[in-house]
Amino acid sequence: MKWMLVALCVSSTVVGDVFRSLGMRHHGEIHDFRPGAIGGALSAIARNWMVIVSTCAMAVSFFSFMKLVSIAPMSFAVPVSAITFIPETFLARYLLKESVDWRRWTGIGLILVGVIFISQ
Amino acid sequence: MTDVRRKTQLFAVLSVLSNVAGNSALTHGMQGLGEIGNSPLDLVAALFHPWVALGVTMLIVWTFAHMALLSWADLSYVMPVTAIGYVVTAFAGKFFLGEAVSPMRWAGIVLITVGVFLVGGTDPASAKKESHE
Repeated sequence: MKWMLVALCVSSTVVGDVFRSLGMRHHGEIHDFRPGAIGGALSAIARNWMVIVSTCAMAVSFFSFMKLVSIAPMSFAVPVSAITFIPETFLARYLLKESVDWRRWTGIGLILVGVIFISQ
Repeated sequence: MTDVRRKTQLFAVLSVLSNVAGNSALTHGMQGLGEIGNSPLDLVAALFHPWVALGVTMLIVWTFAHMALLSWADLSYVMPVTAIGYVVTAFAGKFFLGEAVSPMRWAGIVLITVGVFLVGGTDPASAKKESHE
C-alpha cells in the first residue's frame, strides 16, 4: 500500500509538472499583471487542455501525498516524494528540450541529498 | 540583472512563501479539526475552518505564481530553485515552533542552499531562447 501510494504520488506529480510546463509554454509568457489582464489570462489557461490534465494530476498527487503521510512518517514521505526531481529533469531535457547543463544536474543532485538529510 | 531574471526571482519568492505558508496553515487547521470522516461533505465542511481556508487560499496563490513562472521559465530551473522551500520550512519550524535542528538537518540545509544557488546561476529561460532561434 505504502509503495503504491509513493508510485501514484510521484507519477502524478511528474505528469502534473510536465503538463503544466507544456500548457503554460503553449499559452505564452504572462507579462501583464493588471487585474483585467490576469482575468483574461486565467480564462485562457482554464480552457487549455494541458493545464486541465496538469490540474487533475496535481489533485491526485495532493490526495495521494495526504494519504501517504497518514500511514507513513514525514521523514519517509518527504524525501521519497523528492524522487520526482530525477524523472522531471530527464523529461525537461528530452521532452521539453531545455538546456540542462552540469550546474543544473549538480544542483539537483545536491538538493536531492539535502532533502534526504533535512527529513531525518 | 535582466528583466526575466528579476521577474523570475520575484515569482520564485512568491511561489515559495505562499507554498510554505499554505502548507503550514493547512496542517495547523487540519490538526485543530482532529480526525474527520471520509465523506466528501466532511472535507467541504473542513474548508470553512479559518486556518484551512487560509491554507487553501495561499495554495491557490502558489498555483498561480507557479503557473506564471512556468509561462517563461524552464521546469528544470523552477523545480530546483523553489526547493529552497524545504529550508524555509526548516527555519520556520526552528523559530516559530522551537523544533530542534540536528547536525544532519543543518547539512541538508547547506546542501539544498548550495544546489539552489548553483541552479539559480543558470539561464532561467533556455528552452524559450532555443525555440526562438
